[in-house]
Amino acid sequence: MVRLPYLTALTTLFSYGLLFAFGQVRDFIRYILDLRKSKNLQCLVQGYAPICLGLEDFYTRRLYLRIQDCFNRPIASAPDSWIDVVERYSKDHNKTLHRTSKTSKCLNLGSYNYLGFAAADEFCTPRVIESLKEYSPSTCSARVDGGTTKLHAELEELVAQFVRKPAAIVFGMGYATNSAIIPSLIGKGGLIVSDSLNHNSIVNGSRGSGATVQVFQHNSAAHLEEVLREQIAEGQPRTHRPWKKIIVIVEGIYSMEGELCKLPDIIDVCKKYKAYTYLDEAHSIGAIGRSGRGVCELLGVDTADVDIMMGTFTKSFGSCGGYIAASKEIIQHLKNTCPAHFYATSMSPPSVQQVISAIKVVIGEDGSDRGARKLAQIRENSNFFRFELHRMGFEVLGDDDSPVMPIMLYNPAKIPAFSRECLRHNLAVVTVAFPATPLLLARARICLSASHTREDMIRALDVLSTVGDLVGIKYFPIEPQ
Amino acid sequence: MVSLENTLEELTRTNKRAEKVRRYIVVEGLYQNSGQVAPLNEIVRLKEKYRFRVVLDESHTFGVLGSSGRGLTEYYGVPVEKIDIITAAMGNALATDGGFCTGSVRVVDHQRLSSAGYVFSASLPPYLATAAISAVDYLEENPSVLATLRNNIALLRIGLSDVAELEVSSSPLSPIVFLNLKKSKGSQEEDLQLYDKIVSRAFHEDSVFMVTSRRTALDKCRLPLGIRLFVSAGHSETDILKACDSLKRVAALELA
Repeated sequence: MVRLPYLTALTTLFSYGLLFAFGQVRDFIRYILDLRKSKNLQCLVQGYAPICLGLEDFYTRRLYLRIQDCFNRPIASAPDSWIDVVERYSKDHNKTLHRTSKTSKCLNLGSYNYLGFAAADEFCTPRVIESLKEYSPSTCSARVDGGTTKLHAELEELVAQFVRKPAAIVFGMGYATNSAIIPSLIGKGGLIVSDSLNHNSIVNGSRGSGATVQVFQHNSAAHLEEVLREQIAEGQPRTHRPWKKIIVIVEGIYSMEGELCKLPDIIDVCKKYKAYTYLDEAHSIGAIGRSGRGVCELLGVDTADVDIMMGTFTKSFGSCGGYIAASKEIIQHLKNTCPAHFYATSMSPPSVQQVISAIKVVIGEDGSDRGARKLAQIRENSNFFRFELHRMGFEVLGDDDSPVMPIMLYNPAKIPAFSRECLRHNLAVVTVAFPATPLLLARARICLSASHTREDMIRALDVLSTVGDLVGIKYFPIEPQ
Repeated sequence: MVSLENTLEELTRTNKRAEKVRRYIVVEGLYQNSGQVAPLNEIVRLKEKYRFRVVLDESHTFGVLGSSGRGLTEYYGVPVEKIDIITAAMGNALATDGGFCTGSVRVVDHQRLSSAGYVFSASLPPYLATAAISAVDYLEENPSVLATLRNNIALLRIGLSDVAELEVSSSPLSPIVFLNLKKSKGSQEEDLQLYDKIVSRAFHEDSVFMVTSRRTALDKCRLPLGIRLFVSAGHSETDILKACDSLKRVAALELA
């Protein structure tokens, strides 16, 4: 649970109120100026409704644009533990930003590079380059036409074996995996019960499927049981017939909180009420668990109890794309009905080869123990970093073993202060504000990697401590005993 | 276009609030399921009359139509500013993965914060972006590759004009050539079985790779199924003639 001190909540609300008031004043002045000008201007776009009405893009224009230099920073190298960030300048108070040709080398705490495969790897990279020469960057075809190569078939088998499910299917884009699969699995007359903090791709897929969607409180198996009981008793809306299908969707690690899902309790509830479970392991596959097999291994859940397991290759395997692993019948059904399989260009062959090589390193099939060492390293790094941040007095979220660590900032003015100060000290961090998080709970999200050494982490902790004192985010100092 | 005009008339006549609502006409440059080209000059005329914005998907026309490959707007001579949003998939002419969306600065900047597929998704692998840049550079320096593609399409269409009982139903500009039965054999399943047999015989006996149209259970498309051939500027004349001969032979055997 996030602790929000009373005084901080008040000051944050006051900050937002002030920004809102300033924004409205500026909008009003703009309106007056436009009235005067439009008498002389001949409006080309007369009669067309404006692209953004009134307050819809107020947040973008008056709040986001002021701190635009903290987001969308271009990079000029692979996102390894050290990264080259391109410097930008602005001549009109951040309305437009221009790139320079200078870059600064920063310690990278913002990329999802959990196992360190983002940089050139001695096993993966030569094989990827070879497959690029043999297969070219794209298959130029959908999977059903001419887009299935030997590599795709090999990857599907390898993923199924790694995740410990009978079969798997892969897609070219992680977001599209969720939003195209859920409509194929469930339709009108079905019920989807999803966690309140689920990712946008799941929300989009649920909406697109036409099924009824109910939300349960984040990670609360008790509330899930309540929702299921009520919904099963009531049945479909208006007709009250029994639901055709009920699917419960949860994530392995929630990327904005760094928390693990309470999977054993949720699986128990689902089995009791005969609902299907869909587990989205985007951030947890490859990063947690003794052999990297994700949250099921860490929490001791049998993979046969989870009906559909989804994951992406972007985070731990240094590639792009997503997969679904389930029983042979479900995968066959998906291959016959999913529009992403029929019409979307298949995954790029070098990316497929990267995932195959990365999985082989993780399970040790490349003949070395680098995979096991990487997994031990990421676990050690996460626990050390989290403990130290906690000791310094920051409000850090997330469970032990999770490599995602959000540090709470709360106040909107601290977001650019933290981000710019860290960049000055050559530390690249990612800050997240509304609308990705609730309004009062802005945060800086730290993602650790197996390629961060002890010196890197100590350096990062020093910088974070200095910046934290300067910006004032050490909300919960530990009293010395 | 008559149907479009009627729909637009109906929507704007009865609705007084229509002035304030953002409205879009969404069309594809070249339809993937039928090979037909959208009549862009008609659409622009209607759009200006009824004050709608146009979203154009140029996945199959980008790098194919127009004297320098700039797509449907160049082919019809319509100034590109009149089309509000142009999107395209890069998996077709540019031979990489991913897609892009262009428009005015206002529209594109708005999408950087509000487009779900941009904000909540990981970005494109850099080597694919490099491949796309190289493809566009190559197209700018060698516009003759477009003429080669057009010749290949014309050659294939002439070669397929006398295949037994099959006719070409796509537009003369389209690099996706659709072959349909002149008269259906009864039901869609029977037609599909026949197409599958033709395609697999051509593959096993003559090493010519073609595909049939597919539909999923979720599709609401009611266009007829057929055999699809994709023409490339990389095909030589002998390749095209071989494909035509193979189809003629196999179709005559299967449909006799």
